Amino acid sequence: MAAKKAKRAAASKPAAPAVKKPNGAGQDLQREVEQLLYRQAEALDNKQWQAFIELFTADGMYWMPPAPHYTTWDGMPAIFAEDRDLMTVRMKRVTHPHAWSQAPEWGTNHVVSNVVVEKVDPRSGDVHVRSRFHMVELRRDELRHFAGAYRHHLKRTKDGFRIKLQRVDMMNSQAPYEYVLQAWV
Amino acid sequence: MLHERIPNLKALVEPDRVHRLCYTDPDIFELELASIFEKCWIYAGHESQVKKPGDFWTFQVGRQPLAMIRGHGGKIHVLYNRCPHRGTQIFGARYGNAGDALTCSYHSWRYHYDGTIESVPLARGYEGTTFGSYDCNMQRAPRVEAYRGFVFASLAEQGPSLVEWLGPAKIAFDDICDRSPEGEVEVVMNCYRVVQRSNWKFFMENQLDAVHPSVTHESTGRAAADVEFQIQRRTGEKPLHYHMLSAFVIPFEKWDSLETFGYPYGHTILGGYMGLRPQDPDTLEYEGILAKAYGEQKKDEYLSRNIHHTLVYPCLSVQSPLQQLRAIRPIAPDRTLSEIWHFRLKGVPEPIYRRSLWYYNLVNSPATLVNADDLENWQKGQWGLASRGGDWVSFHRDYGRDRIEGSVTKSSSGCSEMPMRAQFRAWLEYMTGGS
Repeated sequence: MAAKKAKRAAASKPAAPAVKKPNGAGQDLQREVEQLLYRQAEALDNKQWQAFIELFTADGMYWMPPAPHYTTWDGMPAIFAEDRDLMTVRMKRVTHPHAWSQAPEWGTNHVVSNVVVEKVDPRSGDVHVRSRFHMVELRRDELRHFAGAYRHHLKRTKDGFRIKLQRVDMMNSQAPYEYVLQAWV
Repeated sequence: MLHERIPNLKALVEPDRVHRLCYTDPDIFELELASIFEKCWIYAGHESQVKKPGDFWTFQVGRQPLAMIRGHGGKIHVLYNRCPHRGTQIFGARYGNAGDALTCSYHSWRYHYDGTIESVPLARGYEGTTFGSYDCNMQRAPRVEAYRGFVFASLAEQGPSLVEWLGPAKIAFDDICDRSPEGEVEVVMNCYRVVQRSNWKFFMENQLDAVHPSVTHESTGRAAADVEFQIQRRTGEKPLHYHMLSAFVIPFEKWDSLETFGYPYGHTILGGYMGLRPQDPDTLEYEGILAKAYGEQKKDEYLSRNIHHTLVYPCLSVQSPLQQLRAIRPIAPDRTLSEIWHFRLKGVPEPIYRRSLWYYNLVNSPATLVNADDLENWQKGQWGLASRGGDWVSFHRDYGRDRIEGSVTKSSSGCSEMPMRAQFRAWLEYMTGGS
C-alpha cells in the first residue's frame, strides 16, 4: 500500500524532490527506486525472465560494456547490448529443453545496495540511479562471484518506473571469464 | 626426457581414431608446448595494436611470456618478458606504452625498445668484473614475421618462412584484408578473453566440425529463428544478425554440402554457409567502393570466396568474412585461454563494420549466445576422456573418402571428420619431429 501511495505521490509531483535536493531524492522516490532494483534482482534469481524483460521500456536496453571507459554501446564491442528482442532470444534459449549448458544445476543470488539517486529530470520525471551489486552464481558444484556497478536510467510510465537503459560495469570486465555469462547479471 | 616418459606416441594416433591420452596426459601436454607451440609460427597480434614507438602488447607462446613492441624505426620486436639481470618481468601491464625506455622495476636496468641494454645503474660496480662477457640484452624471439599486418613469432631458430608455412591458409588474411578497398584492416581495440576447461584441441576440432552446430546450438538457433520471424512480421525485415544465429540450425544436409580442405602443417578450412552477401543498399554501396578500388572482376573474386573458418594450426581460428579472429593459448591439459578479436575494414561504410560487430558481440563475447554450449560440451568431453570408460576417440566419418591432391586433402562432404584427421596427422609429425 505504502509503495502504491509513494508511486502516486511521485507521479503527481515528479519535479518536487529534484528542486529541493538536486543530488538526492525524497524518501518516497528513494524507496520506489530501490523497490524496482530489488524486483529486478528477484526476477533474475527466480528465473522470471519475462518479468525481467518487462521491466524495460519498449525501446529499453541492457548494456554491459567491456571496460569502464566506454560511453555508448552503439557501434562498440559490448558484452551485452540487448534490446527486448535480443533479450527474448536469450530467454527462449535458456528455457529451451536443449539448452545444454542449462542442464547442470544453475542459479544466482543478487544483492543490490549503495543506491544513490543521481539525477531527477524535473520535466520528464526520468531518474538516473547508481548502485552496486554482488552476485553469486552456482553452476554445477561451483560458486562464482561477480561484483560491480549498475546505472539505471528510469522512465516514469503509467505502470511505474521502467528501465530505459541499464548499464552494468563488472569489476572483472577486462579479466578472462572462466566459462561465460548465460543470463543477465 | 619427455619422449622417454611418453612410450609410443605413434601408437596413440591412428588414421581414423586417437587415444584419449592425447587430450589428458600432462607429459604429452608439455611436449605439445615444446614441440608444437614453441616451434610453430604463433600469432602475436596485429600491427595496429602497437601503433606508436614504445607501444607494447604481451602474449604467451607455449610456456614463454613474450611481448611485441613497436620500435622507433617502426619495426616490431618480440622480446622475452624477462630482465637479463635477475629475471624480473619487464612488462608489468598486459599492454600499454613503455615510456622513454623499458625499465626494470627491480633495479632499474634500462633497455631500448629492441631489447638492447641502454644503461645499468652504479656502473662503476661492474668495473674490473667479468660483467663484460655477460649478455645484458633482453632476449628476442628468434623469428618475427608479419603477413598483411598480422604478426607472428617463432621460437624456433630455423624453419619455413611464415608465408611458406601458412601455405594456402594465408587466404584467411587475404580474405580479411581484400574486403577493404585499402587492402588493410585495423584492430577494434578490445580483446574478449574466455577460459575453457578443456584441452586446446577441442577448440581446434570444433571450429571445423559441421555436425555439431545444429545439435549443440539448437536452443539458440531456434530461439533466434522465432524472434527473427516475429520481427519480420512486425517490420517486414529480417535483420542479418538474427540470421547469423538462426543459421546454426540449418539441416545436416546443408552442412554436408560444404567443402573442407586440409593443408600441410595442420591448417584446415571449412567452406561458408551463412549467405553473407545480401543485396541491401549498404552492401551495394560497399560493393561499389570495392569495384572502384579493384575493378569488377577482382571485386567479384574477393567477395565470392566461400570460407566460413580457416584454422591456422595450432592456435588460430579466423572467420575472415566477419573479420573475427580467435587465438588460443593452452594453459594446462584441461585449460585453454581464448583471445577474441574483431577487425575493422579500412575505408568501408559504417554499416559493414557494424554487421560483423554483431557477430563479435552475440557469438564471441563472454555473454555469448552460442559458445556457452560449446564450452559445456568440451568440459564434459574432457571429463569423459579423463575416465577409463573407453580409450579411443573416433574420427571415422567419411574416412577413406578424402581426396588427396598433392599436399592438399579435400572432402566434398562438410560433415567429414577429415579436418580432425588432418590436424592429428600434423600433430604427430610435430610431436615426433617428423621421424
